[in-house]
Parts: sequence; structure tokens; C-alpha cells
Amino acid sequence: MSEITPDLVRHLGVLARIQLSDEEVERLTGQLDAIVDNIAKVSEVATPDVAATSHPIPLENVFRPDVPGDLLTPAQVLQNAPDAADGRFRVTAILGEEQ
Amino acid sequence: MTDLTKLSAAALADKLAAREVSSVEATQAHLDRIAAVDADVHAFLHVNEHALDAAADIDRRRAAGDHLGPLAGVPLAIKDVLVTTDMPSTSGSRILDGYMSPYDATVVARSRAAGLVPLGKTNMDEFAMGSSTEHSAYGPTRNPWDLTRIPGGSGGGSAAAVAAFEAPLALGSDTGGSIRQPAHVTGTVGIKPTYGGVSRYGAIALASSLDQVGPVTRTVLDAGLLHDVIGGHDPHDSTSLAHDWPSFADAAREGADGQVLKGLKVGVIRELPDSGFQAGVSESFRAALAAMEAQGAEIVEISAPHFEYGVAAYYLILPAEASSNLAKFDSVRFGLRVDVPGGTVEDVMAKTRDAGFGDEVKRRIILGTYALSAGYYDAYYGSAQKVRTLIQRDFAEAFAQVDVIATPSAPTTAFRLGEKIDDPLQMYLNDVTTIPANLAGVPGISIPSGLASEDGLPVGIQFLAPAHEDARLYRVGAALEALLVDSWGGQLLDRAPMLEKAPELGANGGAR
Amino acid sequence: MAKDKLMDFDEALERFEPVLGFEVHVELNTETKMFSAAANPANSANHEAGPNTLVAPVDMGLPGALPVVNETAVRYSISLGLALGCSIAPSSRFARKNYFYPDLGKNYQISQYDEPIAFEGSVDIELADGEIVTVPIERAHMEEDAGKLTHVGGSTGRIQGAEYSLVDYNRAGVPLVEIVTKPIFGAEHRAPEIAKAYVATIRDIVISLGISEARMERGNLRCDANVSLRPRGQEKLGTRTETKNVNSMRSVERAVRYEIQRQAAILAAGGTITQETRHWHEDTGTTSPGRPKSDADDYRYFPEPDLLPVAPSIELIEELRAALPEPPAARRRRLKTEWGFTDLEFQDAANSGILPEIEATVAAGASPATARKWWTGEIARIAKVQGREASELATPADVAALQALVDAGTLTDKLARQVLEGVIAGEGSPQEVVDARGLAVVSDDGALIGAIDEALASQPDVLAKIRDGKVQAAGAVIGAVMKAMKGQADAARVRELVLERASATDA
Ligand SMILES: [Mg+2]
Ligand SMILES: [Zn+2]
Repeated sequence: MSEITPDLVRHLGVLARIQLSDEEVERLTGQLDAIVDNIAKVSEVATPDVAATSHPIPLENVFRPDVPGDLLTPAQVLQNAPDAADGRFRVTAILGEEQ
Repeated sequence: MTDLTKLSAAALADKLAAREVSSVEATQAHLDRIAAVDADVHAFLHVNEHALDAAADIDRRRAAGDHLGPLAGVPLAIKDVLVTTDMPSTSGSRILDGYMSPYDATVVARSRAAGLVPLGKTNMDEFAMGSSTEHSAYGPTRNPWDLTRIPGGSGGGSAAAVAAFEAPLALGSDTGGSIRQPAHVTGTVGIKPTYGGVSRYGAIALASSLDQVGPVTRTVLDAGLLHDVIGGHDPHDSTSLAHDWPSFADAAREGADGQVLKGLKVGVIRELPDSGFQAGVSESFRAALAAMEAQGAEIVEISAPHFEYGVAAYYLILPAEASSNLAKFDSVRFGLRVDVPGGTVEDVMAKTRDAGFGDEVKRRIILGTYALSAGYYDAYYGSAQKVRTLIQRDFAEAFAQVDVIATPSAPTTAFRLGEKIDDPLQMYLNDVTTIPANLAGVPGISIPSGLASEDGLPVGIQFLAPAHEDARLYRVGAALEALLVDSWGGQLLDRAPMLEKAPELGANGGAR
Repeated sequence: MAKDKLMDFDEALERFEPVLGFEVHVELNTETKMFSAAANPANSANHEAGPNTLVAPVDMGLPGALPVVNETAVRYSISLGLALGCSIAPSSRFARKNYFYPDLGKNYQISQYDEPIAFEGSVDIELADGEIVTVPIERAHMEEDAGKLTHVGGSTGRIQGAEYSLVDYNRAGVPLVEIVTKPIFGAEHRAPEIAKAYVATIRDIVISLGISEARMERGNLRCDANVSLRPRGQEKLGTRTETKNVNSMRSVERAVRYEIQRQAAILAAGGTITQETRHWHEDTGTTSPGRPKSDADDYRYFPEPDLLPVAPSIELIEELRAALPEPPAARRRRLKTEWGFTDLEFQDAANSGILPEIEATVAAGASPATARKWWTGEIARIAKVQGREASELATPADVAALQALVDAGTLTDKLARQVLEGVIAGEGSPQEVVDARGLAVVSDDGALIGAIDEALASQPDVLAKIRDGKVQAAGAVIGAVMKAMKGQADAARVRELVLERASATDA
């Protein structure tokens, strides 16, 4: 059994900004527990001598010249905005703090 | 159904070039077909109201003597994961209901530039998470072979659209099999190109290091023609390869004469268990290999000991990357917003994401958040990236011995709608044969190998080649296709129900 | 909010040893952003852009958009790393730092985590008395800036109590280099001064590299100051606070001093320091608690799958190394000689942190002496009155243009000071202020002669004295003329003309 608990799932919901209902927490706890039991086997073969691959095709130094382009018009920027004012996106007050 | 919808894209393109038919006629024929069958199939989420205008424009340009590409005037269905300026792009999610992109995905822009006529946007599992298209927020797509069954996923809409002759060509995306597995269950052709072979710019990201856009068609040649249009380097995608690709249509034409099979070394994986594979799938697979052997191909058993860890690695890497990629859907700049009276922006985000995402998406976001959390990274995400290295090594060793690897494209034929929806683990195993290609970045193709004896449903055979060797897949795929079509006395899809008059099933969903 | 208890600074230093650390964010002045081709608002060409006018799809996290690295930003970052004495990583990579905030278009910041482009360096900083202190550098890494939030409603205009917030993504994606020091030990009573001198030195470096506008008031250069105290003789480091985004050199100095006094008072009273971020309040000269470190700080870093490693060649690194400007200390020695300043004059300028301004003003055509006079004189005076940095008030180009007007005789010193006020008030360039306020010296002899004749006529006794050869009597007439001309006349010319007219007029 893995260590998936309802409290952990609730915490993950906070990190992922998803308001999970108690029913969802309960269901996800069981499902994730079963899934994690299955996928944890990756560590069996992931020995220290094996390098990690983050990109399937290795490339490096892919750069863009410092030349302007790709600009959206302000209308395009705001075209899907749920709420906007003064040319900016409007959101309800924020409690947290900038990182 | 008119003859125009029965034509392959290549044949239709010939008629258009010869001015035997106009693009408006071809487009209208497909729109009529959509109107006739899509209430049952539900391949489309949106039908392009400007399709006939675009077709008329191509006809005008042809009449004016403009130089047009080989597919100019041919209709194209577009998976809803690809953003379009003139049609909504939802990625099958409620959270993006009605979203209009201010820019076109590169593959869409290239298709338009090549004169292809966008017919509409096709249904998919929400954010491409699934193998059945049942996870679409807009209702499932149905398999044209049997409307009670799944069309595969996540690109079930694109596969069903071409299988039901609603479009000759479609675009798909493949993160762990979402092009190839739907091809398998619908009797169509699907290619996942080498990672970086086709631009991801404008493809709503699921798992960035796995996603690849590719063609969904009824013939290998059609796939090659479409791949030639959409492929090649794109400066907007850092992972796009600056590689000098050959013409894949030419490769398919070369392959069709069957010569490529002589002396071709075809690897079959020792470790792929027979158990877990439906008998009819295994039978069809072995019959296809035997047909190739009869033409001079050599079947070589190879070992890929780490493939068995592929599904586990995939279900760590995908959720991890997806949890980050899907963070942008937060109610601030676009998409759904669920207001929380008196709440903070954090409350609004959390409530919106709860309401806007379906169960499978939430499940994977939570799983991915877990896999990346402090203290778990090394055991999960880090280990999965190491499995990736091991699978690449397996491929390298295999391709030192063989030209291509062959597997059944998926373990079973199309299952019934609802059959696996409550069992995510069971659902995840559908991708066991397709996932290794995404983890390693190598190209894969699925072409029909026949019908399973026990249920009469389509089965696909998958070929895999080394990275950059997509052309090899077109040669081999076209060679086997020619052999099989010859043995069947026509296309496999000719045996699919015609759907002219819908069976007892009532209309459910349908194009909006 | 209760007022913090503070311990006397000297007493605090007697009892505790301060340990400092700094994270400085430098906005690069590339043409375009770090990961998109949108024009860069941190480049002076784009300062005036309206909200959401400098946004490409990836800057606002549009579905399907992808980042592509700006080559110039990479070159600038390598140059900065080299100027900080760092090693340049043979291969570095980007990572995603995941957290939700409305100013972050993707809800992750593309940064560098375990593989920064530059690491392990040091910079020498010079204190007011000429002493050199070596600050150890841990790393310098590339990342992107976030957008800007404006809080609307409520009483304070701050986050607390705001009714709603507006988001502008112009700044989202501006290229940043974050420079992180190692813990700085042994600062002692000079800790505040070291803080200020460190930021001034970083500013000098990025200006001499030409890679940033380095205007602190615009946020081109932002400093987070970490302060911890430990009792004398204790090995273990104390709990630190991180005072965020202190936006002037003077404030960095004050904030460090304040935190030392505040923490000392708490520790001396047997309290404990909370590990937290703190905000600096320019108006009250105090810090206030921000957010404590929490579970939500799990940023779930992982390698950015949309981007590839940055692996600069040895050739590129050596090319950039060869092009480095001289180190700040050497540069100071050279400037002092070139400018011919006395020790006192040079220290005065250096301590005000306006060497780059003087240098740029000289480059724009002013003499070193006049450049120094403006920056350490009138501009410094106004800066002090307004509680701002001299460098915020005017540009070197403005100052050079102002001095050119004086040299050309268009302005007197007094008029020039009025013009400077206009420039600082945002009325435009010196010439524009001269034109708008009509401040130029009246050099038209016709107008002067009219005023002189009038003055002579009204003071016949003075005229008589002048005619008698009592030339010094002319002063009274000159004063009256200057008054009539509202000071906009060249006194020397007036004197010449008075003598001329006195002998010519047959009154
Ligand atoms: Mg920091
Ligand atoms: Zn930073």
C-alpha cells in the first residue's frame, strides 16, 4: 500500500488549486492509492547509474534572435477575458502575496 | 453517401487538380455526410460554417491558375486540441467552452496555406486524457463500426470522422497512443511522427515531452501527403527538429510496390505477453506478419526488457507535466470562471477548476502534483525519467538488429462505451504497446491488419522505427497495406456499416 | 499594526552578529522578452506602452503557446555571470517553478533551479572610506518576470482591503537574472553600508555591461535583503527574514539597519524570529510581516520540457569574457584620474551611487567638473528633499543638454536650476522646458538697451556718476535691468551695454 491518505489528497488539491469535495477526496484517495501502487515500480529499475531523460530527442542551444514579433493586439489579449476593466484583466481581491 | 466522400484524399486531390470536381462540391459532400451521420457518431464538436467559403476560395485560385499544393481543396477535420482562429478550441473540456484562439496552431496554419479546407473540430477525451473519448465534456464519440463501442482515444473524433467518411483527412495528437489506438479500433491509419518532426505550437499541451501531432487518414499515402504539409521545422517550437525530411508521400508510393518487404527485418518483442491480448488481435497480428514473411520479410525476436515499465513511467511523467501545463486554466485570462461571492481569487480559481475539469483530468492533476511534490520527486518523476533512458536503450539495441519493430497496436478491439470508465487502471493498460514510442520519441504507425475473428471489429498493426526514420514507416506501412487490401479485395473500411440510416440508437449529441 | 520595538543599533551589534544575504533581480534591456518576441518593457524604447500592449501568446499563457529562449538574454546572462566572477555552466537548463498567482500567465515561472547558468563567484565592493569588502556569489540564474497587479478599492490601495485587482501582462516574461549571494559574514556595524554598496556595485556592473536600464525606481533592479542575527559566540545561524523588493539603494541600507534593530529587540527579550518574507515601507522606514513559509511553498520544480539545455561553447564564453568592461574597483581608479577629482569629490560622488550618471553625462558631452557639480549639487539636493535617488530624477542626457545650454550662454546658472526643476517635474527635455517656460537669457541687445535706457533715465544721479568715471556706480543700474528682465539677461553683457549707453546718451 502507498501512503495516499485523504489529508494528503486534500493538500494536493490545495497545491493544484482544485476545490475537492469530501466525496471527491475519498474517491481519489482510493483510486490514487491503487494507481500509485502500480506505478511505483519505476524505482525498481531506476538505479543511480542510469541518467534521467527529460527530452526524447537530445538538442541544446535552441535560441531565438532578439527581434520583435508575435505581438497580440490588446483586443486579442482580452478577447476571452472573463472580466476586464481599463484594458486589464479583472479579478477579485487577492489575499496571498507575490512570490 | 456520395462517391466523393468514399475517395481517398489522394484520389480526391487528383480529381480536384484535373478540375473534374470543385472543392466546393467535395466540401459540400462531406458536410452532407456529417449532417447525415454525425448525430450518431458525434465525431465533431464544431462544424466550420466558413468551410464552403474556404473551398470556393481554393476553386477561384485554381481557376486563376495559382500554383496550389497537392492537397489543395481537400477537406480536413481538426482535433479540438489544436487552436484555430475561426472555430472554438476546447480540447474537449468544459473549462474552455467557447474559447477562441487569437492565433492558429502551426499545423493548422500550414494546412490552410496548403489549401486544405477545415471542416470542423473533432471530439476528444478532455485535454487528451483517455483512450475512449468517453472523457470528453461534450459527450462520447461512437465507433462507426458499432455505435455502442468506443472509437478509441483521445482522438476518437478524428478517427471516427475519417472512418465514417465524414472527412478524408484529420489531424490528431498522440501523447501515449492517441492517434494510433483510435486508428486500431476504427480500421484507419494513424501516425505519430518522430518527436519534434511536427510542430507542437498551438497544440494545447498535455505532456510536453510526449505530445506529437500527426495525420489520421484511411490510407498510408494520404497520411504521407498530410505529413508533408504539416511537418518540418517551426521556430515557435524549441523542440522542433531542424531536419531535412524526405517526402513521406513519395515514401508511401515507393512502398506500395512491396519491394521494401524483401529482406526487411521485422522485430517482434519477446516480452509482450500473449495474455492480456485478445485472441483475435493476436491472430490478426500473426497473419499480417506471415503475409510479410511470404514477401521476403524476416521476423526477428528482439528483447525490450524495460517496456514493461513503460506504462508506469508514462503515468508519472504525463500527470506531472500535465499538472503544470493545465495550471493556466485558472479563470483569470480565458475560459470558465465560477464566481465565489465574497471569495478571494484563490477561492475562485479552486472553484472554477473543480467545476471546469472532469474526473479524469482532476485525477491526473492530483497524481502529477503528488509525483512532483517535495520528497517524492526522486522516487517518482525522477525514476520515470530514468525508465525513459532504459526504454531508449532497449530501442537502440533492437534497432541495431531490425529495421522496424511490429506490435499489435492495442491489446483489444473496441470495447463497449462505459465498460472501463470506472476503472482507470484498466483504461491505462490500453496504451501498453503505444506508450514506449512516446517515451523514446520514436515514430510509430498503425494500419489496419484485419478484423478480429470473435467480434468482427478492426485490428491494427503498429510499426516502430528509429527516430528520424518516419519514411521507413511509410514504406513498410504502404507495402503491407497494398498486400492486405489486395487480399481483402478492397479497403477494410468498405466492410464497415454505412450508417446511412442510423440503427436503433437515438441521436446523442451530434455536431454543434 | 503594533509598532516594532527596536534596539539601539550599537547595542544590537554588541550582542549579536548580523549575517546578510541578498537576492538581486536584474531586468535585462533586450529588445524582446525572455521567451517571446514581444517587445520588452524593460527596454527604454518601450516605457510608455499601455497595459497589455506588449503581450505575445506565451506571456499570458495562452493555450498551445510555447516559449523560445532569447539568444541575447543568454549572452547578457553569461556576461553578467563572468562580471560577477562566476563559472559558467557547460550545460544549464530551465525548470518550472509551479505556483498559482494571477500575475503569472502560465501559473508557473520558467526559472533555473538545480543547474543555473553561472555559479560560484565574488564581487569586490568599496565602502565610503575606500575599504574593499568581498561579497561571495552563490549563483546567477535566468528567469522571467511576472505581470503587474494593481489593487483597486479599499482604504490603502494595498492588497489588504482591495475590492478587486487588475492584471497587466506587459512585464510578464521580461528577462531577469537573479543574483544570489552566499551568506555574508563579518559585516558587523557596516552591514547597512555593505548592503547599499553591494546593490550600488551590482548596478555599476550591469550599467557598464549595458545589459539593463538599472533604474531601481522602475523595478529594473530589485533587491531582497536577508538578515539574520546570532548571539556572539554562537555557531548556528539564526532564523532569517527576507525583506522583499526594496527599491532604492538608500532603502536597502535602511531596511537592513531596521531589521537588525528589530530582530535584536525580539531576541534580547527572549523571543524568536519567524522565518518569513517582510515588506519594506518607504514612508515609515519600517518593515512589516508578509507571508510565513508554508506548505504552499512546494514549488514542484521540474525540468522545463518545452526548452532545451543551454550549453555555451568555450569560444562564446571567452568572446564574452574578452568583451567585459573593467571591474568596478579598477574603473573607479581610472575615472578618478580621468576626471581629476579630489579624493573628497570622488568619494562624495561614489557614495551617492551616481558614478554611472556622471560617466554617462560626460559621455554625453559635459565636462567632468560640471557633471559632478549637477549630480552632487542641485540634483542631490532635490533628491534629498523628495526622498528619492538622484538617478531617478533626471537622465545623464538631460544634464549634459542643460550644461550645454549654460555653456552656450542660453542659460545662466540660476536659470539652469529652474530648467532642471522643470525637467524633474516631467515637463520635458531642457530645451522643451526653456521653450515652454520662456526661460532663455535675453541676448537681444535691442531689448536690453530699452531696459537700460529706461533705468538710466530714472536714475540721473547714477548716470552722472558713471559719466564722471565712477564706473562702480553702474551696479545699481545693472541690478534694475536684471530685475526688469526677470533675471533672464547675461549680467556681463548688461554691464558692457550700460557703460556704452551711459557715455552715448545725451540726457
Ligand atoms: Mg528568490
Ligand atoms: Zn527570482
